Amino acid sequence: MTNRTRQNRIALTGGAAAAEALRQIEPDVMPVYPITPQTPIIETYAKLRADGEVVTEIIQVESEHSAISASVGSSAAGARTVTATSSQGLALMNEILYIASGMRLPILMVISARALSAPINIHGDHSDVMDARDAGWIQIFSENAQEAYDNVIIGMKLAEKVRIPTMVIMDGFSTSHSVENLEILPSEKVKEFVGEFWPEKYLLDVENPVTFGPLALQNSYFEFKVDQEKAMERAVSEYLAIAKEFERLSGRKKDYFEAYELEDAEQVIILAGSAAGTTKDVVDKLRKQGKKVGLLKINLFRPFPRKEIVEALKNAKSIAIMERAISSGTYPPIYQDILNGLYQTKQEKNIQSIVYSLGGRDIFAKDIEKVFENLIKEDMIGEIKYIL
Amino acid sequence: MKYHKDIFEIIFHARGGQGAKSAAEILAQAAVNEGKFVQAFPQFGPERSGAPTKTFVRISNKEIRTHEPIVDPDVVVVLDETILDSEIVTDGLDKNEALIVGTEKTDVEIRQKTGFGGKIYAVDANGISMDIIGQPRPNTVILGKIVQVTEAVGLDSVIDEFRKIFEKKIGQEATDKNILAIEKAYDTI
Repeated sequence: MTNRTRQNRIALTGGAAAAEALRQIEPDVMPVYPITPQTPIIETYAKLRADGEVVTEIIQVESEHSAISASVGSSAAGARTVTATSSQGLALMNEILYIASGMRLPILMVISARALSAPINIHGDHSDVMDARDAGWIQIFSENAQEAYDNVIIGMKLAEKVRIPTMVIMDGFSTSHSVENLEILPSEKVKEFVGEFWPEKYLLDVENPVTFGPLALQNSYFEFKVDQEKAMERAVSEYLAIAKEFERLSGRKKDYFEAYELEDAEQVIILAGSAAGTTKDVVDKLRKQGKKVGLLKINLFRPFPRKEIVEALKNAKSIAIMERAISSGTYPPIYQDILNGLYQTKQEKNIQSIVYSLGGRDIFAKDIEKVFENLIKEDMIGEIKYIL
Repeated sequence: MKYHKDIFEIIFHARGGQGAKSAAEILAQAAVNEGKFVQAFPQFGPERSGAPTKTFVRISNKEIRTHEPIVDPDVVVVLDETILDSEIVTDGLDKNEALIVGTEKTDVEIRQKTGFGGKIYAVDANGISMDIIGQPRPNTVILGKIVQVTEAVGLDSVIDEFRKIFEKKIGQEATDKNILAIEKAYDTI
């Protein structure tokens, strides 16, 4: 036992909270390469390894490209594999992200989301994870340290259940470096929840030799990709089943998204990550003034639970989709997904695309209040609005 | 907790390497041990040894959801008085709120320097630390004064937390001295 207490109520940074969940899961292999603001996760875990609290094989590699490549090898060999990164690290991994998902390897990657260069910026936004949104990975966002902890546990089980690699995302600095209250589960409960990892097929199963990632040309590549996409579609309901199982275990509500004062809301903000907490405070304030406002916080982003989200928006008149990323040359990612869902269900709403907090720019409650006020006034502009 | 808001907010001003982050985290963990809700986070910027830093602490009896930086503190703590030469530390601090400064100077001198109209507590945290511990540990020593002024957490909770973190690292004797220094800062007027 170290001074990191094993008591139920503790205070940890989001990064340390993720490392605590990983300690309880105790993966077989963790290839790592440091990058701000992810480093506290692997640093905390490496210390646990050095202290003999876990037996995970930590592989220090020479780049993020190698970290994910080693993860692919390790996972294909049959080992429960976890890594972590941010920003340029995730961008450098890009080509191997598709290999991990195409080979259906259930790697868990914890991400402290950060801006992409240039100009150089080490602070939080969602540019890195949005860049990876089409790579065939499941993506789960976290609002705070508690959700980072919970989602690491949910994400590990989900990845292995559906054999799709999974990113658990927290906001760089605002969550990764902020000490917040955390309730942790008993380690044996976490181990029992996640279970042992016995892949159906793996390279070190010498009795049943298989090939991973072979050549597939015109006659079969297409079928592989369609099958992969079908698995991704099935992951929607599998996520919910595992999230609800975790809810029963922890007592903390889990769903595709968090509906905060959403049921009768006429003006709604949709966003993902740490600004959700600030938005809830604003919703409470405006509700006290009799304004029917609400929040839809995205938890599961890939696969995108389109049907369920648009169903929850049926009473909304005006919607602002606030994002910490740009999709250059068009509207930002979540906006595109929401618009698509609304169109498919023939719902006409006033919708506004807002970009905020790029490169760690602070977002204040007063900024969010202004977004709601503009929604109430239906003072909408067609173009993307930037909260500078 | 004294003062007026649902969430009690403290800003620490220090220089990189002076241990404001450690002090903030001890305070936060002590509050958690009392069943309270907390946040402790640095101002996110490049931290260089010796450069001015800001560290934020929130303590509340209910869940803290905001992730805004603190702009309207109840108390401002300055670990290193030379910060006052380059930074305006009293932004957002009202007349009924408090400024705690680690300094050999008097509260009157600090008032002259800052022009702050509210309560000023000048505490020679470095001097107390050198006298009792024999080493400069103003960051943890000043916790005693913060607790006395704000009543945000109990002195016992801070001491228990300090012991829990440091006893294995620095031994019982050094821990006892540090705690004595925290108590001394608590008792200074």
